[in-house]
Formats: sequence, C-alpha cells, structure tokens
Amino acid sequence: MSTHTEHQAPQGREPLDVNDPRLSRFEIMQEGARRDDIEIVHYEPQVVPGTKAERRLTRLVASMFLLTGLAATAFLVIYIWWPWKWEAGRGGDKYYTPLLGLTLGLALLGIGFGILTWGKKLLPKEVSIQDRHDQPGSPEDRKITGETMLFLADEMGVRRRPLLGISLLAGLAPVGAVAAAPLVGGLISNPHKNNQMFTTGFAPAEGKRIRLVREDGRPIRPADVSAGGQLTVFPGIEEGVSNKHADSPTLLIHLREDDAQASREANSRVGHGDYMWGNYAAFSKICTHAGCPASLYEQQTNRLLCPCHQSQFLITDNARPVFGPASRRLPQLPIEVDEEGFFVAKSDYTETIGPDFWERP
Amino acid sequence: MKRRKFDVAAVPAKTAGAVDDRFQVATPLRKLLNKVFPDHWSFLLGEIALFSFVVLLMTGVFLTFFYEPAMTEVVYNGSYAPLRGTPMSAAYASSLDLSFDVRGGLIMRQMHHWAALLFMAAIVVHMLRVFFTGAFRKPRETNWIIGSLLFWVGFLAGFTGYSLPDDGLSGTGLRIASGIMLSIPVIGSWLTSSIFGGEFPGEIIISRFFIAHVLLIPGLLVALISAHLGLVFKQKHTQWPGPGRTNENVVGERMFPRYALKQGGFFMVVFGVIALMGGLFQINPIWYFGPYEAWVVSAASQPDWYVMFLDGSTRLMPAWQINIPIGDGYVIPPLFWPTVVLPGILVGLSTMYPFVEARRLKDYKHHNLLQRPRDVPARTAVGAMAVAFYVVLTLSGGNDVIADKFHISLNAMTWAGRVGLLVVPPLAYYVAYRLCLGLQQHDREVLAHGVETGIIKRLPDGRFVEVHQPLTAADGHDGHAPALDYVGWVVPKKMNRLGALGPAIRGFFYPIERPAEAPVSPGHPPVEPRPEREEIGSGESRR
Repeated sequence: MSTHTEHQAPQGREPLDVNDPRLSRFEIMQEGARRDDIEIVHYEPQVVPGTKAERRLTRLVASMFLLTGLAATAFLVIYIWWPWKWEAGRGGDKYYTPLLGLTLGLALLGIGFGILTWGKKLLPKEVSIQDRHDQPGSPEDRKITGETMLFLADEMGVRRRPLLGISLLAGLAPVGAVAAAPLVGGLISNPHKNNQMFTTGFAPAEGKRIRLVREDGRPIRPADVSAGGQLTVFPGIEEGVSNKHADSPTLLIHLREDDAQASREANSRVGHGDYMWGNYAAFSKICTHAGCPASLYEQQTNRLLCPCHQSQFLITDNARPVFGPASRRLPQLPIEVDEEGFFVAKSDYTETIGPDFWERP
Repeated sequence: MKRRKFDVAAVPAKTAGAVDDRFQVATPLRKLLNKVFPDHWSFLLGEIALFSFVVLLMTGVFLTFFYEPAMTEVVYNGSYAPLRGTPMSAAYASSLDLSFDVRGGLIMRQMHHWAALLFMAAIVVHMLRVFFTGAFRKPRETNWIIGSLLFWVGFLAGFTGYSLPDDGLSGTGLRIASGIMLSIPVIGSWLTSSIFGGEFPGEIIISRFFIAHVLLIPGLLVALISAHLGLVFKQKHTQWPGPGRTNENVVGERMFPRYALKQGGFFMVVFGVIALMGGLFQINPIWYFGPYEAWVVSAASQPDWYVMFLDGSTRLMPAWQINIPIGDGYVIPPLFWPTVVLPGILVGLSTMYPFVEARRLKDYKHHNLLQRPRDVPARTAVGAMAVAFYVVLTLSGGNDVIADKFHISLNAMTWAGRVGLLVVPPLAYYVAYRLCLGLQQHDREVLAHGVETGIIKRLPDGRFVEVHQPLTAADGHDGHAPALDYVGWVVPKKMNRLGALGPAIRGFFYPIERPAEAPVSPGHPPVEPRPEREEIGSGESRR
C-alpha cells in the first residue's frame, strides 16, 4: 500500500467516522493516531512490491534466517558430540568453547541482522509527529489537588490532636530501628576481639617460640637460604600456612655482607638492634599500604616492590617506604636460631601488620 | 435446525473483543502501539547496556546452578590436571568445575564476564552521550541521578562478582578492598571486621558476597533500571533539533512495527556479539592464577577496566599519612583519600551536575531538544576535563604494564601520572573549549558564505578566489544570498551534501533498477518546517 500524506494542522478538525466503508485501513489507523495527537506526516514504502529489489531483499533476509538455523544446529551438534573434557596438550577440547561461541554468535547475529534488515529495508519509512503534553498541570488543578491533600490532613485531626501525632512518631521511630537492628546487630563483630589485629601466628604460644617454616611446613636452617636470596616463611603452627593466618606470611632475606652491615646500623638507629640474626632479616610480606603481598625483591638495590600499587621499601633501611603510596615501614620480625639450628621468631611482630587503620597505636 | 458454522476468520476479532470487555485495553494499547520515538544512532548506547544486562541475568542464572559459595577447604580432583591435589576453597574448586567439568560452562562464564564489561562500558558511553548533548536538563534530572547510581551499583555488582571465584587475582582484590575499608577513620576496623566476620579473610565473606551478587545487587539494578526506563517512557525521548522538531513534539517513527523490530534485531545482535566474545576471547582464566593465598601475587595484577581508575588513583597518591597525637595516637592512612574520598566526590559531582548547571545559567525551563556539544563550549569542556581525569587515572591503573612493555621507568610512570592528573584535565578543558568555538565559527561561515566548492576562480585583477556555493538562492535585493540563521543542527559543508553529485547507484553485484532520488539531506526525508518553530540553544550559544 503506497500512501503519502501531507501534514495538516490538526486544529478544528472533525473526527472521522471510522465506520465509513469508503475508508481504507490506513486511513482508520491514521485517524487513531490523530486521536492520540500523532500526525503521520510522511509514509512511504521503500520497495515497490513485485520488483527485483524486493525479491532480492526478501532473499537476503531469508538467507540470514537460514544461516541462523544452520549455525544453531551446528551449535547443538558441537555441544553434544564434540570432545569437551580437558586434556593436556592441544587436543580437540581446546576448540570446544570457541566453536560454541562461533556458532551461537552466528546464530544470534543471523536473527539480529535478519530482523534489522526486514525492519529497516522492507517496511515503509515514516515520519510521525506526536505532541508531548509535558506542561505542568494547570494552576487550578494543582490548587485543587493541594487543597484536597490538606483537607485530608485536617480530617486526620493531627493538628487538633497533637498527642496522636507525637505518639505515632515516638512509636514508629523505634520500629524503623527494629527493622535494621537484627541485620546490623548480627553483622557487628568486634575487631579487637583477642587482640586479633595486633597479633600474628608468630606470637609465642605458652612461652614457646614459633618456628619459621616453608610452605610445606618444613623448618628452615640458615644454610637453606643463600646470600642475596629470600624465602617466604610462615609460622610453624597448625594451619599457619593457610589463609586463616593471612597476616603472617613473612619474607626471610639473607643479606650480603655489606648490605647486612648497613641494615644492622639502620636497625640499631630505630632500636631494633637485635632483630636480625647474623645476616638474616625477616620482614612482614603484607604491604602496609593496602595489604597485598609485597613480594618483588630486587636483589641489586635491596628494594622490595608491591605489584599492586608500586610501593617500594628499602630493605637495608628497615624496609622504609622510598616510593609510592605506602607511608609506613614493613614491620620487622625479630628472629634467632634455636638450639636445634632452626629459625624461630624471638617474639611476635612489635608493630601492627598490614594496612593502616584509625586506632593503630 | 441450522448448524452454526465455525468462522475461523472471526476468531481474532472475537478474542480481542472478549479481552477488551474484561480489561479495557483497546485505547491504551493503541496509544502504546502508536507512541512515537525519535531516532538517532547514539540512542542505542543505553540499549546496549540494557541488553547486556539481560544477557547477564540469563548467564548468571546458569552459573548459580553450579557455583558453590563456600570457603571450606577441599582438595581439587577435577579434570584440570595441573591443579589436581591442590588444597583450595570450595568456591574456587566449583569455579574450576564450571570451566572444565560442566558442559558449556566455560562459555557461560566468559559470556557473563564479557557482558559485565560491556554493561559498564555502555553505561559510561551512554552517560557521555547524555552529558554532552544536554539530555540531562530539566525535566530529566531524576533520570540522570538514577543513571549515575546505576554506574556505581554496576561497579559493586562487578566487584562482588569478580571476587566470587576466589582465585589468586580476585582474592588480592578483596584484600585491597579490606584495606580500603580499614582506612576509613574511626569506624574502619569495625566496618571491616563486621563485613568479613572477623579478621581478613575469615570464612564467610564469599557467601556474603554471593548473596549480594546474585540477590541484593541485581534486585537493586532491576529496580533502578525499571525506574530509569519508566521515566524515559513517561517523559519521552529527547530529540535533536531539525525540520519540524520543537520542544513540544516528538518527530520520529511509531513504536510498531519498524521501531520495535529494530530494537528486537539489535538485542539479538548485542547478544550475538557477546556470544562471539565469550567463545573466542578468553577472559579471566582463573586456572592460571591458582587459589587465593595471602602471600602470592604476581606482577601486572590489574582489576577489571572499570575499577582501574581507582587502582590508578591509589598508585598516584603520595605517601601522606596524617597522625593525630591524641591518647595512643590515631592515624588517617593515605589510602583513605584516593579510594574513599575521591569516589565520594565523583558520585556527588556527577549526580549534582544538572542542578549546578541550571543554577549557573539560571535556566529552569523544560528542555526536550538536544544541544550540539559545540554550542555549549563550557559544558563540553568540563566534560572533556572529566574524561581526561578519568583516562589519566585509568592509564595509571596499568602503569606497571605500560612501563614494562615500553621500557619506561616505573617511577617515571607514577610521576607522569601525578603531574598528568593536574595538568592534562585543564589542558583538555582549554582545547575542547577552543575546538567548540572553532566549529561554531565554521558553521556560521558556511551559513553566511556557502559551501567551499574547490573551484578556484581568477579575477580580472589577477587575484584568485574560491567559489562558494550559497545555501539559499539569491534574493532580489543585490544578487546576494541572504545569510541563514543557525538552528542548532548539522550544517552541510560538502558539495555532495547539497546534492551536487549524482546519487550513488545502490546495490553490490547488481544495481537496483531505479536510482534513488537525491535527497536534500541524506537520511532525512523532507518535512515541512512548522512556522512556529522555536529558536534553539541556551544562553551559552549566544555568546
């Protein structure tokens, strides 16, 4: 149906009689639009029925839908029969997810572009104009509504009977808190319970000093770390390696002679004179900035870098922060060697581990 | 007795009648079918966000069937051989199972992740579109606020989801989040302890994040999105100025069938692209990262892109610690400023912007027509400044990777970010402002003198001049074409926009038999302007 209408000013127009048999379906629709304040000012088919262009577009849309069918079928076949279990090497399973993505994507794109082409190319183009009506209500209407609400408020009589209002408020306020109380109350947990923020797994248990152990739980002798080397150590207690003691991982560093000398001097300057054992020093691995493990150790410069925010600590100067956002030294663990020749912590850390917080002493 | 024949053709009409008898829907339905939508390519940016959200919901439901939100320790014994025998949390083990032992699980995981990234990206780009065109002005301030909240709620959804697999990378992110919460003065340690149920990481954070990620936050998102769309529907779309378009009407297509069809097709396209990405592009390969252990991290630990600006601000922050010498002494760590205060300021500034601008321009009128960015240089420049600020922070979030790949000192990258954060945004403001003025100037030149034709003419006195094609016919006065008023819409600047070239023959292999007639303005069917069309522009463009 080819229809071209011209824009007419809608004012003063008589509504059409939609039961008039002479009216076309388009005209009835247009009348409906008019009743909704919409003028269809331009309506124009894009393709002439029966032409090559129309057949071509129809074939294009149809082929897209058929592509969808093919791709979707391929998806199902692959989903069911393709070998999908992981195996070492580059087996067929490595193509399982890509093939699923490819077929599913093609299937969906086929529908998508099919519908888009159908809508954009085959359907008539139109320009319609609808009035907005977003002016505020008339002052009269606003007044009526306002007065109605005020009247209802008056009828409630709160103004004449203030006790009702006050008691209602006084009664309701706690009810609001009651709704929130279980949620908040149930969640609250005292951060200072068992002094947990200030202790680590290295705190001596029943007077016994805690050993430094490897990831697999074996204790460490000084000879296990070569000069310039470093090792991540954990408290030798039950579950000391697990995330239950997320603040305990410690870096044990065997400094070379010169660096060790510099470290000892720096240590005695801040009163940590006896924290090192020989040329060995141990620092908390948990960054004092945001808590990531600061673990990139540069042997040549003795700097320890945190890969999350690039705070850098100078190990030979008591792990002083020398660059980046960290403002506090990595705490040092006082260490020595016990009678069996294994590293132990002399005591717990003397400074707070991990990210800073308000009440850190 | 006459047998009544069953009339198939009458069934739809009868059914429709029966429905209307009961629900009285005929009029509202017609109004809905006839609702007019203006159209512009940039309006689809918000739709990408909406459609990705639908994909997120669908793939997310699949994932919940297999994911186990528990931190109890198990020993992995699944298909992926390199991790067999490793102790890990049940959450991480079930995420591995989703990738290796659930048929099609990996593509669902990857589609979910890609859809989340696309969701956030579409929100940001949509927000830029709304900002730079002034679509947030009265009466749409509420929807601007809802939109900004959607970004931050989406941010939370992303972060909680990112933490769920409990792999090495997400655990580190969680640890940083706990550090950020700890940094809040006075209540920090209580807040952290309450959320984690004790000291980090505790045993319940994963199950709490799970409930937040699959129930609370999606619920909030659905509510906000519904309100957002409801308001768009009620207030109708904004539209660009153009022939026949005024502040009081909407010029475009009715919802059915063409507009709705295009929307449906576009949804399938977005869905299809996400499926392609989910299948072909690997994302978040958690099996390489291993389970979260408090002492393991690697270089190039980056969050998802929409969190990178916070990571960047954290990296750029100097080590300024504030000590308060009362009692045992209190401290405000440097982490507090870039991760708590800065986002707070960003939320406040962005949500309040419509009111700030209305106050500054003393402009309290209704606006349904969009503005071209060049017509409001101050706003465009502020937007450019904000974008520059964000880009510097985001790049700084990956400054270690940049330093590594381009062989730049890491410390130099940090300093470049610090200086850049102060220098680049004002520069962006200046450049954007001047660009706007230049573009305005050019528009006005074309309206006054016409389009450059590229034809050089030599005058009798030897001078060379370029011939300009005026946009209107010469009037009777002195043979000159009258200058045209600028109405806030595209000014044709090339000769073929004026129909100077013959129209291209369409068709790839075979030309379509009838060449299209050259439209005056391609893509815009001729519409007679209404005589009562109003002037376009705010106080800004008058300067």
